[in-house]
Amino acid sequence: MNLTAPSMQAEPPLIDRPPDSPAPLAPSEPTDTPEFEIRAHRGWVAIDFQELMHYRELLYFFAWRDVKVRYKQTMLGAAWAIIQPVLNVIIQTVIFGTVAGFASKLPAELRARHIPYSLFNYAGILPWMLFATGCTGGGTSLMNQQNLLTKIYFPRLFVPTAVVGAALVDMAISFSVFFVLMACYGVVPSWTVIFIPLLVLLTAMAASGMAYLFSSLTVTYRDFRFLLPFMVSTWQFCSPVGYPLDPRRQWIRWLLRVNPMYGIINAYRSALLGQHWDFPALAMSIAEVAGILLFGMYYFKKTERRFADLA
Amino acid sequence: MTPAITIDGISKCYQLGLRAEKYLTLRDTIMAAIKAPLRRMAGLAGRGPEQGQFWALKDVSFDVKRGEVIGIIGRNGAGKSTLLKILSRITEPTEGRARLRGRVSSLLEVGTGFHPELTGRENIYLNGAILGMRKAEIDRKFDEIVAFAETEQFLDTPVKRYSSGMHVRLAFAVAAHLEPEILIIDEVLAVGDQEFQKKCLGRIQQIAEGDGRTVLFVSHNMNSVNRLCDRAVYLRNGRLVSIGPTADVVTEYMNSAMETQEVDLLARPRFRGLAPSIAGFTCSPARNAQHVASGAPVVFRLDLNVTEPIRNASVTVMFSNDQGYRILGISSRCEGELSTLAIGKQSVCCEVEKLPLAAGRYIVDLEIFSGSKVADYIQHATVIDVQFGDYFGNGRTLFSFEGSVLTRSRWTFQ
Repeated sequence: MNLTAPSMQAEPPLIDRPPDSPAPLAPSEPTDTPEFEIRAHRGWVAIDFQELMHYRELLYFFAWRDVKVRYKQTMLGAAWAIIQPVLNVIIQTVIFGTVAGFASKLPAELRARHIPYSLFNYAGILPWMLFATGCTGGGTSLMNQQNLLTKIYFPRLFVPTAVVGAALVDMAISFSVFFVLMACYGVVPSWTVIFIPLLVLLTAMAASGMAYLFSSLTVTYRDFRFLLPFMVSTWQFCSPVGYPLDPRRQWIRWLLRVNPMYGIINAYRSALLGQHWDFPALAMSIAEVAGILLFGMYYFKKTERRFADLA
Repeated sequence: MTPAITIDGISKCYQLGLRAEKYLTLRDTIMAAIKAPLRRMAGLAGRGPEQGQFWALKDVSFDVKRGEVIGIIGRNGAGKSTLLKILSRITEPTEGRARLRGRVSSLLEVGTGFHPELTGRENIYLNGAILGMRKAEIDRKFDEIVAFAETEQFLDTPVKRYSSGMHVRLAFAVAAHLEPEILIIDEVLAVGDQEFQKKCLGRIQQIAEGDGRTVLFVSHNMNSVNRLCDRAVYLRNGRLVSIGPTADVVTEYMNSAMETQEVDLLARPRFRGLAPSIAGFTCSPARNAQHVASGAPVVFRLDLNVTEPIRNASVTVMFSNDQGYRILGISSRCEGELSTLAIGKQSVCCEVEKLPLAAGRYIVDLEIFSGSKVADYIQHATVIDVQFGDYFGNGRTLFSFEGSVLTRSRWTFQ
């Protein structure tokens, strides 16, 4: 729901008040108080960034809660954050690398640098895990928070965003495991590793966009709860997570580039392992991610007003 | 001075099917898209598309002055909660608009957003942030919150191990330390033990008396509405019936409750989570008495249609006067009569030897407990007219301003 707060522009009393000073009370300075108008909105609704800024600590608390709660009452606790990616890599290395034989089909420049298949695979899993969590975890996040939606007002956009935030924490742990693995193999990262933060940002934007879109769809149409896992695993098979994709035919290559994750996953391998950069694919991914993010946000804002009635 | 809240023609319409099914499925939407042209044709043919719509609120307008405590009263299903949800920006009105001037906090439920796996300390921060507090603000008030909740020694225990009483205390404590300019509260006092309820009410009063806080307060408890509110709003079937000084509006509400509506008590809306089991209530003169009168024997009979067995059941019949004050309660629990109510139709009879009520009209509320948990509750089940009767055996009685509950007493003048 959108708020119009005209008096905030004159003097923002809530947003930048030093935390220790008590709230200025209404009667003494009535002009200082924010003013909201509540009414029915139709069509697209603008995002109130001022309000998001005001509530920014809530985003942190939501992500913090997700991280805290995830490994409660497990014997291994936070060790799961390390075990999960390691197990994933082992399984995929065995299945795709050895059984399916993709290990021998790595791009030439990687073979020249003696990059093992497991590192190649891991570099693809890193962005994929973040993206997949955004789709499935983010997609069901609103539905799982029904109680909050019907009982209290806060920027709803933060619920799916926090899922991506918590997934970023896992990604940081995965990255450290990745670098340890690299050191074990004696592989020196390429200097382009400095672009990783930008690529993470791009992946997080893609994950958020999908989380916005699917969370609002799932609240309205519960079918997506069942559709999402299939969609994500199909998507994974269409993305070069476990296998190298370097088809000879130009038109297949262009077809694959339609998948925004194609450019992203390849860019991770380029930045971390020195695979050649596929700039057209990356440019296409960036454009698509921007589209996904904007559409996701605006679809979310458009349907937001129904959430409390549907949840 | 500009009012703190201006409500102008607020209406809220629910699609009936949509609400009942709770959510849409893709199939429904596809089917609706196919059926839409057909339905439009039906609409043109005279069968309006208005079918299946339910107006939870219709054209409600009023102003709330800055610093005013305003009570919203009405029966279950009158639209009170919908109004609060709209004012707290949880849902949008279908029509109309409202302006709120000031920082708004709403408390529609105690403990929203508590996570059972997190500790008490962690939940204070999480819940505080959800309610709109800054971390620095929570840091500052942390000790105060913990002291209010009386849960110091369990701060590092996961909330799922808390007793329900502790849970509620902690949740209310966080909410009670908000510093909003406009506070919107719904029924939160209906929880917790007696002692804590008193503390909560005291805290709300304190907030209300604080400098110029505006409070909107929904309650079924006329005692607290009378005590806390300057003015009251009476809603019925989504429409505003009256607004004015609390005493007048409460009297009007209680009087209109006397124009008994549905006799079928099973059909009455209940509080959420209660399975209706009280089907009927009669109050009749017993034995050789002609009518229900002060001092005469009387029989109360509850007809039940129990759908889930109720263990340790006790029944309470409560009487309120036209000011909404509850003045007399008669409970089987006090007589040590607890029994298990099996599924099916049955009835409970209660005989009172001498009705200790002075002549007048009383509103009867009925409640079935299972242990100390409410199993069913009906407000304003019926109204009884108590005739003048010879309670004291000497033709005398109290003046109406002296009270309405009669009892024998012995006096010595020295």
